Amino acid sequence: MPTVEVSFTALPAHVRTARLVALAVARRAGVNDQLLDEVRLAVGEACSRAVGVHQSKLPDQPVLMRLTDEQDRFVVEVVDGGPLDHEVAESDLDSLDPEELSAPADDVSGDQLPDLLPPGFGLAVISGLVEDVNVVSDADGTHVRMTWPAPDVMSPDAG
Amino acid sequence: MDLSLSTRTEGDRTVVTVGGEIDVYTAPKLREQLIDLVSGGKYHLVVDMEGVDFLDSTGLGVLVGGLKRVRAHEGSLRLVCTQERILKIFRITGLTKVFPIHASVDEALAATD
Repeated sequence: MPTVEVSFTALPAHVRTARLVALAVARRAGVNDQLLDEVRLAVGEACSRAVGVHQSKLPDQPVLMRLTDEQDRFVVEVVDGGPLDHEVAESDLDSLDPEELSAPADDVSGDQLPDLLPPGFGLAVISGLVEDVNVVSDADGTHVRMTWPAPDVMSPDAG
Repeated sequence: MDLSLSTRTEGDRTVVTVGGEIDVYTAPKLREQLIDLVSGGKYHLVVDMEGVDFLDSTGLGVLVGGLKRVRAHEGSLRLVCTQERILKIFRITGLTKVFPIHASVDEALAATD
């Protein structure tokens, strides 16, 4: 059973709330301070991606984030209702050409925001950031599962 | 914390001071600001990110979009950032190769390459 489960309307404004909750639970679970920025960014990327998927396909359905404090690890799972795009599944940062990405262009205004970067960029950032990450797509949708070490330090004298 | 934005002119350059969190929710504001500057003929931008607490890939996309726009006018977009947690996302995405990243606004204003 997850320690904390958050279900939120697929709006960009709530991604920050999800990040804050994940950060608080990660800290409580004993995730090392140096990893907290990584947790914050990776959770933000996973939730932004899920919000994007729902906004285009399932605007009425909430995005789900499950946070689990296991014995010696902290697990975050972000679930959206959409199938995983094949192209997105294979995204990785090695195939990204920063020069090509930033080529001069005058006519890029007026588009949808995330379209400036290739689809799958957020997931690629997560894979570049988090050591233990697993992305699966099944009948319920796409699950992005990220795991961080969290030594059990909640002894009575630990803050 | 929300996003804060302010701009000032320094010679032929415009310094955009950004504070707070640049994410999927706030990035459109930064995007509008950069578009406004470029449409107003400001092609040499220095984006001061020392007050930025969080930056995600949406924010990166907006900065890349700004760079594309100024490059179309032979302009420049320089970043000021010394915070490791913000620099990390530039490193893992390889975008350190396309953005000149400076340690201070003065250094960015003095740069000519």
